[in-house]
Amino acid sequence: MRWTSEALRNRLNRGVLATLLATAATLATAQAPPVPQPPPAPSQPRFLVVLDAAHGGDDPGGHLFDQPEKAFTLALSVRLRSLLGARGIQVLTTRESDVTLDPNRRAGIANHANAQACLSLHATETGSGVHLFASSLPPALPTRFPAWKTAQSAYVTRSLALAGVVNSGLLHAGLTVTLGRTGLPAVDSMTCPAIAVEIAPDRSPGYDPADSFNDPAYQARIAEALAAALLEWKTEARQP
Amino acid sequence: MIPRYQTILFGVLLAASVVMGVVLWQLRERAHQRLLRGQDSAPTQAPQVAPAEQATLVVASDADNSLLTQVQTLPLPQDPGSRARVILGKLLDLYAAPDSTHPVPGGAASVAQVFLLPAPELGTTLADSARPPQPNGPQLAVVNLTGAFAASHPSGIEAETLTVLSICATLHANLPRVTQVRFLVDGQSRPTLAGHADLTRTYLTTDAIPTEGVHP
Repeated sequence: MRWTSEALRNRLNRGVLATLLATAATLATAQAPPVPQPPPAPSQPRFLVVLDAAHGGDDPGGHLFDQPEKAFTLALSVRLRSLLGARGIQVLTTRESDVTLDPNRRAGIANHANAQACLSLHATETGSGVHLFASSLPPALPTRFPAWKTAQSAYVTRSLALAGVVNSGLLHAGLTVTLGRTGLPAVDSMTCPAIAVEIAPDRSPGYDPADSFNDPAYQARIAEALAAALLEWKTEARQP
Repeated sequence: MIPRYQTILFGVLLAASVVMGVVLWQLRERAHQRLLRGQDSAPTQAPQVAPAEQATLVVASDADNSLLTQVQTLPLPQDPGSRARVILGKLLDLYAAPDSTHPVPGGAASVAQVFLLPAPELGTTLADSARPPQPNGPQLAVVNLTGAFAASHPSGIEAETLTVLSICATLHANLPRVTQVRFLVDGQSRPTLAGHADLTRTYLTTDAIPTEGVHP
């Protein structure tokens, strides 16, 4: 019994000693200089491009010699999506098949995506080369609840910058480019840097304009130039 | 057997009918002559021929997506609405010509009417709009195009935008009070001209003022 009480006292003494040592160690640790930790890597902002193949379904668009505009814009959208994906750019398309989409639905898809670039793809028989259009709405400051039909106003300045980058890319590829501003219902409602890209025939001497829309080389040249321009836009968008 | 008195009565009535017919014909001829004598068919007023004046047309070119001014001399009525219609008709005649820089079929008949109204100030409140318009204030032109024109217009952003902007700029160049333009097709609002250019919005003529060599 005596041995038992002595052993218990020893145990208590050891427990107190251990507690004191632990407290001292904690205090020593708190007073020591902090070990420098590497800062967390800054998360790369998501870069997303919306491709809007114009027309579709009941709306064939214009006639491009022997094919409807809706078929050409869809083919261009699919080709451009592949090229952008290969360059590591996320892409959202408004349509992947021959379906009818009204302008409000197209703008709604683009606005929900919170994209850094929105391209409305068109084609026409008139003119030559590639026509680039930004909205003709006057620039305005962003508001919390923008009017639907003029929502693009807050993005017009950036849309013009995007048009400039795409213009440079197309000119670099040796294409004829005309710049303009227009009132296009879908683009005017988009809350992202948005431009309309209208493909016109190649009217180079000795080349039949009617062959342009069936010439894979012409389409590939335009799609490659657009993809390169969007990659450049991505680089510019990430610069402070 | 018909009684004799009935035969005589029938003959008398037949003769009376013939005589009455002849008399009525003569009376009709006399009345006609009297009317002709009373009507003076000689012209009393020379037909009005509007004097030829200079009009500025802002002509689109598909080749370089540009708007260039062109001065034409043509007879113009004094009424501003009719004047605007004649000028736009001339512009669309140029577009319908075989050597057009912006080919659009239809010609002058494509402009059904042009209405000139006091322009509402942009961003005005309901109370502001109740004020009487200024007599020499800015005007809104409502251009009513025909359905045939819209149906035959080439489809494309560039082609449609150039048509709209050249109409706006031409109106402002000849009627400087016109600062806003709206479009109707067959008297109805229409979403787009031929699938692209928005026709539901009010266009400001300041957006369409051409500068030589500069795209709209």
